[in-house]
Amino acid sequence: MKAKTTTRTAKTKVKPLTDKDRLALFRMMVRIREFEEEVQRSYLEGLVHGTTHLCQGQEAVAAGTGFVFRDDDYVGYTYRGHGHCLARGMDEEGAFAELFGRTTGVCGGVGGSMHLTDIDKGLIGAFGIVGGGLPVSVGAGVTAQMNGRGQLSATFFGDGATNIGAFHEAMNIAQVWKLPVLFICENNLYGEFTRINHSTPYEDLIRRAEGYAMNAVQVDGNDVEAVYAATAEAAARARAGEGPSFIECMTYRHRGHSRTDPAKYRDPKEVEAWLARDPLKLYEAALIKRKLLTREKAEAIIAEERARQRAASERAAAAPWPDTDTIDYAALTFA
Amino acid sequence: MQEITYREAILAALQEEMRRDDKILIMGEDIGPSGGPFKTCQGLYEEFGAARVRDTPIAETGFVGAALGLAITGYRPIAEIMFADFLGVCFDQIVNSIAKHRFMSGGKVKAPLVIRAIGGAGLRFAAQHSQTGESWLLSVPGLTIVCPSSPNEAYGMLRAAIRYDNPVVVFEHKALLSTKGPVDIGGPIPPLTGPKMLREGSDATIVASLAMVGRSLEAAELLAKDGIEAEVFDIRSLRPMITGPIVESVKKTNILLTVEEQAQVGGWGAEVAAQVTDAAFDYLDAPPGRVTLPDFPVPYSPPLEDSVIPSPERIAAAVKALV
Repeated sequence: MKAKTTTRTAKTKVKPLTDKDRLALFRMMVRIREFEEEVQRSYLEGLVHGTTHLCQGQEAVAAGTGFVFRDDDYVGYTYRGHGHCLARGMDEEGAFAELFGRTTGVCGGVGGSMHLTDIDKGLIGAFGIVGGGLPVSVGAGVTAQMNGRGQLSATFFGDGATNIGAFHEAMNIAQVWKLPVLFICENNLYGEFTRINHSTPYEDLIRRAEGYAMNAVQVDGNDVEAVYAATAEAAARARAGEGPSFIECMTYRHRGHSRTDPAKYRDPKEVEAWLARDPLKLYEAALIKRKLLTREKAEAIIAEERARQRAASERAAAAPWPDTDTIDYAALTFA
Repeated sequence: MQEITYREAILAALQEEMRRDDKILIMGEDIGPSGGPFKTCQGLYEEFGAARVRDTPIAETGFVGAALGLAITGYRPIAEIMFADFLGVCFDQIVNSIAKHRFMSGGKVKAPLVIRAIGGAGLRFAAQHSQTGESWLLSVPGLTIVCPSSPNEAYGMLRAAIRYDNPVVVFEHKALLSTKGPVDIGGPIPPLTGPKMLREGSDATIVASLAMVGRSLEAAELLAKDGIEAEVFDIRSLRPMITGPIVESVKKTNILLTVEEQAQVGGWGAEVAAQVTDAAFDYLDAPPGRVTLPDFPVPYSPPLEDSVIPSPERIAAAVKALV
């Protein structure tokens, strides 16, 4: 698909990807896919509790944007945030252990799948309330602006979040204060079980940004290099003090909203069309065409990542439960 | 001690703390060059500039949520809610994000932020601008909730709240803004939480918050004329609710009355009564009493509004009915 933009600056130059970068992007997408597949398997085994929201099909967004961020940037996301955490280098064993409710989890098992976070990696939080994380990312954007070191604050959300008040307040404040915030919308066409045309007056959410006079771009969210380029340009603007951007990534989740959702509300033809545009398959084909990869090499990477996630999951499953007698709720709640 | 108003006390605390620590910033509606609708931020913009004194759009969800983002990334933000009633607009950010963020991170994140909410009745602001809101957040673990009742408490508690490393909601009262009292400017930082006994007595224990503290002290004077000596406590903090000193008092007086400027159901008085009953059931000579607003919104018309806010006479009568 052709990218749409509203405003543009020709000043910003995006660092071109090297061959090594491309292979790293491919591997990250495979890692996220295999992580999510392992989560799904673990869920069926009863290791993951409650619910979990998987992102298979949306890996190019997490990988492509994550490649742009600096270590000192702030990244906020949602309950569908496993991919964003991995793209930022979250330890997979700690992530699995968190999903399994074990004491070795990244949040000690008190957070769970919807609240994976690691402030030391600039992962400021996973928000389980739709749109709830956006104002918080605006605050991290104020920090970035006040620090004056060219940091940025990125916030991920779905198409459904653009209908809630918090989104609009956050967009408005970010633009009025010219904050270095990237609003990254993963438009997967469904808010929970409801298709976008039933909840929103238009499907091109880039139009939301026009109302805030915000720089905006719409990209093929299944094309990892397109996501990278759009994010890199928006990031350069933000770091240069030119304000926030809205990046709409058109994508699709292969699975339902959450683990109990078979997603039967979707037109099979629509599903088929998007599965044919699986971001991993698209990028594998592109890299084979560039002679950076062969089918066999791709398979080897997939097998490596699968084994890596399997091993991390097995180690996590062997970890102990939090101790109900010694857990210190007061210290968890108050500094 | 200096004799200043509640409003000046708030401003003095903000000024002092912002001078001491340049990581402190304040956000709110019309708090910049205008100095705030209640003038609690007068001069801050001129002294500290637009980056640290931020006029926000009318968007409580946006800027209260932003306070959390600032707090977890190294700043110490203060958010001013012009009318406590507007807490309803940003309830999700306070309840689901601010109160829980550290917990959900496994205790790894620190969120030092203050939400100042100016509430209360008595100024003819009608139903949507007269609520104290003080009990709305009572059932939310993770928050610290305080209610300064005098200029000295407003000054001390706000300084303590700003220095605390966790989210604090400070309920201020607009009917108190122009009241004067002695303030220990530059004095030691007082404890953020816990009740304070303001008047000693042997016949009844009265526990009040915000503007009801002054009225309870007046009630105690009325009672003294009839030979009833009431002990009066300012509850000061609703979360954590610390009732130890109140329990000790009731063991002496055998009578408990709570006074709060909000409806009875869901009010903090019920929790005080429950805790005192748990700890000193055998000492009570009567069931704990509660003086509150009626179970209806606050009316506009001056005679109506005046009649629903607990008066010293009503508080005194409630004590007499118990002793």
